[in-house]
Amino acid sequence: MPVAVETVDLTKRFGEFVAVDRLTIAVEEGEVFGFLGSNGAGKSTAIRMLCGLLAPTSGSARVLGVDVTRDPERVKRNIGYMSQRFSLYEDLTVRQNLRFFGGVYGLFGRALVEREGWAVGMADLAGMEERLAGELPGGWKQRLALACAVLHRPRVLFLDEPTGGVDPISRRRFWRQIDEMAGEGITVFVTTHYLDEAEHCHRLALMHAARLVALGTAGRLKEVFAGSAVLEIGCPRVVEALSRLSREPWVREISVFGTRIHLVVSDVEEGMRRVRGILSEEGNLPVSVDRIVPSLEDVFIHHIEAEESRRRDDSGSGGR
Amino acid sequence: MRKTLAVARKELRQAVRDPLSLLLLLGLPTFMLLLYGYTLNFDVRNVALAVQDRDKSARSRELIDSFTRSGYFDLVASLPAGTDLEEVTERRQARAILVIPEGYSRRIASGETGRVQFLLDGSDANSATAILGYASGIAAEANAELWHAFLRNAGRGSLPLIRYAPRVWYNPELRSTHFLVPGLIGFILMLTAVLSTALALVREKEFGTMEQLQVAPLRTRQLLVGKTLPYLGISLIATVLILSAARFLFGVEIRGPVLDLFAATLIYLIGALGFGLFVSSVSHSQAMAFQVGVITSMLPALLLSGFVFPIRTMPQPLQWVTYAVPARYYLVILRGVILKGAGLATYARQAGFLLIYAVAVLSIASLRLARREG
Repeated sequence: MPVAVETVDLTKRFGEFVAVDRLTIAVEEGEVFGFLGSNGAGKSTAIRMLCGLLAPTSGSARVLGVDVTRDPERVKRNIGYMSQRFSLYEDLTVRQNLRFFGGVYGLFGRALVEREGWAVGMADLAGMEERLAGELPGGWKQRLALACAVLHRPRVLFLDEPTGGVDPISRRRFWRQIDEMAGEGITVFVTTHYLDEAEHCHRLALMHAARLVALGTAGRLKEVFAGSAVLEIGCPRVVEALSRLSREPWVREISVFGTRIHLVVSDVEEGMRRVRGILSEEGNLPVSVDRIVPSLEDVFIHHIEAEESRRRDDSGSGGR
Repeated sequence: MRKTLAVARKELRQAVRDPLSLLLLLGLPTFMLLLYGYTLNFDVRNVALAVQDRDKSARSRELIDSFTRSGYFDLVASLPAGTDLEEVTERRQARAILVIPEGYSRRIASGETGRVQFLLDGSDANSATAILGYASGIAAEANAELWHAFLRNAGRGSLPLIRYAPRVWYNPELRSTHFLVPGLIGFILMLTAVLSTALALVREKEFGTMEQLQVAPLRTRQLLVGKTLPYLGISLIATVLILSAARFLFGVEIRGPVLDLFAATLIYLIGALGFGLFVSSVSHSQAMAFQVGVITSMLPALLLSGFVFPIRTMPQPLQWVTYAVPARYYLVILRGVILKGAGLATYARQAGFLLIYAVAVLSIASLRLARREG
């Protein structure tokens, strides 16, 4: 498969602050590539560099084989971009928005009318053409924004948190459309912090504090737990149990998920027995211990904690 | 070209969609012309004059007559002897008081100097200067007549005199509106053109649509031309409205070629729109763009253009600053074409400066805006 998006040591600094630190990825054509991470992890900065909105401090980025800093115009013709802000003209109608964005991408005459019709159908906005974009509900606005972003048949679509502030039904609908587009060979590069959305992606990249900390399919990422198991523990005094159990050498990882504790151990039976023993001794009863299938969330917490401890070691030797 | 037009069409739709903004763009200039045209009046006529005639002679009445006959003074009161004169001016009953002391005519008849006092409220320095000028003129004329009469009585026949016959060209009635209207046009156009473009561009920034335009294959030139084109058209319509208002309300006729007037206006507007783009490149919000735009376009066009204050009387450093104010050149052209009936060819130098300004400010603005794209 040819590569659609490729970065090598892509870095962006704002003064002292490093927003993206030596990011190296390769996204294949037709792939739905998920970019995950908490707010401020550097996802948006990375995507903005790929779209030519920001100039990289160092490193390189190529989209469809074209260097984004050398020939941004050529890149721009072949990409679509949509951000969480749904940049539409709220004081223009649905049709006027579509016409304008079509015109800006060089569509005119019959081609424009045809694509406009297609977009209205795709976004399910038939009958709403003369409504002002600002009057549309959130989910509709998002569909119009997506329609405007793909009007010119881009080969790569960049979506920066496209489902922020949109209701769950609209979100599901939106992802169905993304799946369809990927089926047509469009490469989709999407950032999100909704982990359920990550399941739609063929491959995932996890960013934490400007760095790429994990990359692979969801299944592959979960393999970090091969040879170990995740236990879910329920007990009345969660905080107390957390500090008590984290002192045990056989506990490989421990974290809180809501009112429960997730614990990574090598030996399932042995682990379950020890947890019960310790918590009963403490009087932290009733205790429930179950083995669970690790979720993506577990995977990410694992990676982020591993990265944090790596950095702590680094800073001991004067790094950062 | 098509992309530029797509941007222009969208911009025009947005400008026209909001009736308030359209009213602002077209109505405000005309409204401002009305407001300033009627209030900014430097003409000094019908000055309220009070007289304290303690001589009460034919000669003293003659002097009072020559004041009222001049058309500059209206007799509002005859003050009896012993009136508190200061109170008269304080209560703004009169702006000037002519005091003719007792024995005025007797002194003149006996060949002595007849003394007359002229008291003037100087709190408004500009008009006080003008009033003083009129009063001196009237007094000089009265003196000349006195001389004549004296010589005739002495049997000396005629006296060699300079007959001074002033004739005012271009604005024969010396009406300040004729002088001010061109200045107003320059000032109003600068303000509206700068504000409309600056706000239009900053609005895109504020609503995040700028980002969407930056990821589109749209060159800076296409974006800027497309965005300013509608405002250029609207500003030209505003010019027509202002000129018609000036013609029908203030009687200011365009004596020169109208086409030349519009050519100069076009160059001036391009510079103003370019400056608006520049303002947008330094502003982050519409509120900021508004403030920066008003201060940087209105004040120079009002104060440093020669509109209200003559450039020649400014301190030298300030005069240098005026070279960077496009309204300064536009004003010279406008006054020339409207009042003197001259063509643009007469003002090639000023037109050249306007062109240089337009090119310079457009280049700086587009460089600044292009750099943002990273």
